[in-house]
Amino acid sequence: MSRLSWFNTVSLTLGFAFLYIPMIILIIFSFNESKLVTVWAGFSTKWYGELMQNEAFLDAAWVTLRVAVFSSTLATILGTAAAYVLVRGGRFFGRTLFSGMIYAPLVMPEVITGLSLLLLFIGIGLDRGILTIVLAHTTFSMCFVSVVVSSRLVTFDRSLEEAALDLGCSPAQAFRLVTLPIIAPAVISGWLLAFTLSLDDLVIASFTSGPSATTLPIKIFSAVRLGVSPEINALSTLMIAVVTVGVIVASLVTKRAMVRQKQDEQAAAQVE
Amino acid sequence: MRRAVLIAIPYVWLLALFLVPFFIVLKISLSDTALAIPPYTPTLDFSEGWTGIKNFFSQLDLENFVWLTEDDLYWKAYLSSVKIALISTILTLIVGYPIAYAMARAPEEWRPTFMMLVILPFWTSFLIRVYAWMGILSNEGYLNQLLLWTGIISTPLTILNTNTAVYIGIVYTYLPFMILPIYSSLERMDGSLIEAAEDLGCSRLQAFWLVTIPLSRPGIIAGCFLVMIPVIGEFVIPSLLGGSGTLMIGKVLWEEFFSNRDWPVASAVAVVLLLILVVPIVLFQRNQQKQTEAEK
Repeated sequence: MSRLSWFNTVSLTLGFAFLYIPMIILIIFSFNESKLVTVWAGFSTKWYGELMQNEAFLDAAWVTLRVAVFSSTLATILGTAAAYVLVRGGRFFGRTLFSGMIYAPLVMPEVITGLSLLLLFIGIGLDRGILTIVLAHTTFSMCFVSVVVSSRLVTFDRSLEEAALDLGCSPAQAFRLVTLPIIAPAVISGWLLAFTLSLDDLVIASFTSGPSATTLPIKIFSAVRLGVSPEINALSTLMIAVVTVGVIVASLVTKRAMVRQKQDEQAAAQVE
Repeated sequence: MRRAVLIAIPYVWLLALFLVPFFIVLKISLSDTALAIPPYTPTLDFSEGWTGIKNFFSQLDLENFVWLTEDDLYWKAYLSSVKIALISTILTLIVGYPIAYAMARAPEEWRPTFMMLVILPFWTSFLIRVYAWMGILSNEGYLNQLLLWTGIISTPLTILNTNTAVYIGIVYTYLPFMILPIYSSLERMDGSLIEAAEDLGCSRLQAFWLVTIPLSRPGIIAGCFLVMIPVIGEFVIPSLLGGSGTLMIGKVLWEEFFSNRDWPVASAVAVVLLLILVVPIVLFQRNQQKQTEAEK
């Protein structure tokens, strides 16, 4: 099939227009001079300037960034371990419960996760702040990491690990020298996923944060409830820009890694 | 020994921060409301040992759950959440399937770009994507401006703060969850099957209906669950795009907790919501496990 039929062309065009036009409008109107967001009054970057002066937003952004770095790193470690155990661990006591606990948070309504974690933190007397948000975010994003990593683990050739073990590696060495480099792209995309999930989360953060720690989504939500504002448009544009650059860079990096891996595999096959 | 440690760390983490909190929700949903901090009196007190547990069962009155059935706000909210979730899942499927289909039929070298274009909005903040529609759908918003300018309508339409806006918001934000699983099942499909069906006398529509749809069923099922389950408990979309007439249980729970500070009732709402979700969640997990095993 070399060409698209007109029907497929139309559905792709309409589909991507639907997905992208709202964001494009948002970006355009972040450069609007007027405070009235629906009337165009000329090009201006003044809302970006005002944003940079808004201490509350900057503080919230700093809290959000710290939470995202800590929770996604922890979630990647825990999620990779969980994926390894699920795919390679064989049978162990309570395996069904374990896999249930990995999959359930993926579809659990955030209000329930948030409420239950809050009641736990209050129950054990943990003060709500950055620490509690990190714990909450780690818990739900480790499940996403584990799903991403286990899908890579399922497809890779196990005999590579066995060869390493036969050649005298300890299991830990085999993991570090063979398994980890192969699953690295999945681990990295798992980390990125956990990072954006944490940056993005409003509901769970609202339940588990205290007065000392407000994240950016909480701030945006309370501002947005009052209506559309050009300052929020500017903030949204910055966030969209960061994500777009991040996703494109990440996909280029993984693509290169995959190409290199393929070359390595071909070279290895020739040596044999 | 190492293996045990590797299993134990994520296991214990999930037990402590995922499973135990549910039992706390359950416990508080059975407590009485009180004007105190925290605002409830526990009826289950483990520190008293056996007498505590005995007292708990003798005093167990399920009053918060009785309250849920007596005030019709709650069951109306449950019903309307399920209704909104079902309708929007069907809408998302109708919008998403043709896109996934066209992506799978596109020349191979374009597919990664299309994939990226579908995934990119998914990485962008959910809140921002919902917020973008507030400016489009409001009375003096871009959509009304466009329609007035082209002369299709003469008075602005009221869309923001209605259920229509909620449906638009859900379809928009959950579309990638529908497209990706359907695309991955369609992409794996062998194109010669369609040719065979057409050779054997099927029309194109028949071939689509009898071959393509059944073969993409795992993707359709996964996509529908991925949209429907989280939408039932959705909070952000109804509170930003919906109006006072939009009843959704996620919003009710939020208000019960943050505005009314009624923790026991909020917990009872969560327990009932979870009971409603158990069936689709278990079905979804079965579907996923079957898929993973088929891939092995």
